[in-house]
Amino acid sequence: MNASPGVRLAAAFVSVVIFIVFIAAWHAATQGTSAVQGMDPEYAKLMGITATSGKSPMPGPLDVGAKLWEHLKQPFYDKGPNDKGIGIQLGYSILRVLLGYLLAVLVAIPLGFLIGMSAVMSRALDPFIQVLKPISPLAWMPLALYTIKDSSLSAIFVIFICSVWPMLINTAFGVAAVRKEWLNVARTLEVGAIRRAFTIVLPAAAPTILTGMRISIGIAWLVIVAAEMLVGGTGIGYFVWNEWNNLSITNVIIAILVIGLVGMVLDQILARIARSVTFPE
Amino acid sequence: MEKFIAIEGITKRFPAPGGGTTTVFEDLWLSMARGEFTCVIGHSGCGKTTVLNILAGLDVPSEGAVIVDNKAIEGPSLDRAVIFQGHSLLPWRTVMGNVSYAVSSKWRRLSAKDVTEHAQQVIDLVGLTGAEHKHPSELSGGMKQRVGIARALSIEPKIMLMDEPFSALDALTRGTLQDEVRRICLTTGQTAFMITHDVDEAIYLSDRIVLMTNGPGAVIAEIVENPLPKDRKRTDFHKHPRYYGVRNHIIDFLVTRSKSFAAEQGATFDRRNVPVVRPSTSSSHDGDIDGLVTSINRQVRLLNTTKKMPRGKSLKERL
Repeated sequence: MNASPGVRLAAAFVSVVIFIVFIAAWHAATQGTSAVQGMDPEYAKLMGITATSGKSPMPGPLDVGAKLWEHLKQPFYDKGPNDKGIGIQLGYSILRVLLGYLLAVLVAIPLGFLIGMSAVMSRALDPFIQVLKPISPLAWMPLALYTIKDSSLSAIFVIFICSVWPMLINTAFGVAAVRKEWLNVARTLEVGAIRRAFTIVLPAAAPTILTGMRISIGIAWLVIVAAEMLVGGTGIGYFVWNEWNNLSITNVIIAILVIGLVGMVLDQILARIARSVTFPE
Repeated sequence: MEKFIAIEGITKRFPAPGGGTTTVFEDLWLSMARGEFTCVIGHSGCGKTTVLNILAGLDVPSEGAVIVDNKAIEGPSLDRAVIFQGHSLLPWRTVMGNVSYAVSSKWRRLSAKDVTEHAQQVIDLVGLTGAEHKHPSELSGGMKQRVGIARALSIEPKIMLMDEPFSALDALTRGTLQDEVRRICLTTGQTAFMITHDVDEAIYLSDRIVLMTNGPGAVIAEIVENPLPKDRKRTDFHKHPRYYGVRNHIIDFLVTRSKSFAAEQGATFDRRNVPVVRPSTSSSHDGDIDGLVTSINRQVRLLNTTKKMPRGKSLKERL
């Protein structure tokens, strides 16, 4: 979308206003009420500031900001299995997503070509795809843990299984929908099957395939958090669960924010690749 | 006549909805000589495009065969280039990319430099110099069709097959492209087969005009030999004394005879030896002063009758 500079400026202004209003509301909502009067000092010590000074148990934006700054200053520290920097945790998650996702690309795109080009394979594989597609990827987890016997690999498998379907279906659709006139051009030029696949079908179906890949990376990033909560050990999902057990709501909020930012970056990378293969007609 | 292309008794049938079959055309016979420009005219649905696709090898006839250069055709070939109605350029490739794709398909061992060089020559030939690096979406309709022509020419085919190549263009662009195609075909001695709806285009470009009756069950009714001289110019070919004879003959066919032909001729019509006609100035509709006067008188009479007609009658009834 190409908005005019005026529209862009106005939109940026509104975004900033919404952000400020949100932060202000959050700050106001988590402000402490007045201090509790007449409490036995010994008892007050036991109860902590939440009870004694009326401080809200929910962290405010300033608490989160301060904590975030701490994390950003030192993202990659490693103080044993339960205390690693948020950068390291994110690194594990991204690595798992990329491995599972690449595996899915390697399977889904060739298989999608096969389904898209062959009416027989399309019909033959359709019932399997229809049954397997709606299964929640986490439902595969116990089976993966049982057969693979490695929690980290199981997480990668779960990423693979959830990102394979959109890519497979979109590739098959894109390949099947290549315009007949373009295929006829290749036929009249006596272009062989392999060259036709790479020079006509692939570029013609690329925008559709990339749409599938973009949906897949989004799903993969959604699923990795849940998968890591289950398998534990490392990763941003594990970090969220661990900080919940530590009752560090500040860290949980930071993790939520970071998960959103990374997801956006992954999506934007795929969007950029999709733009580069899209052709105007 | 030397038969360079021979269409021998081709029939095309499709399964009709609700059982049975629909015969688009039946038992077509037609031959073309080397270097000849043939146009096919007929109403929509008479199977012209199917005939062209069969010639291209993109479609197969239900019966019969097509022989090109003494060989029955089996599928598409680089010897027969097709200029498609909807230009069919690959939108992700530039002008150069589209033409060089064809060049490198024909000569697979050619180096990239030679491919570009050859493609450039053809691009220059169709007057697209300077637009090599544009994508089809950045080109006007006329320029797109020029790329289509360049792509077809670049493989140096024995036959050019054109499916209403200029139908989507405005009159001015169409005129220029017709000139280009005629010039190229004359200088290279190209054999060409073209489908058109435009009678003037057919008269300007072709040596022979094939008239097809309406489908289903279309047949070739006549082959009109173009009486205009070979060195005709687009600017004045319509002033040639024999122009109106041909034009009226074809239009009469399209308006009336294409519908009634099958009923009139019946089973006695010899499809293998289609009559060849050469309309002359002695035709009754030759566009001379007498003809013009008759036509004007008829229109005046028509106007008068129209006035007397009660309202609400359809035009068809008035005529």
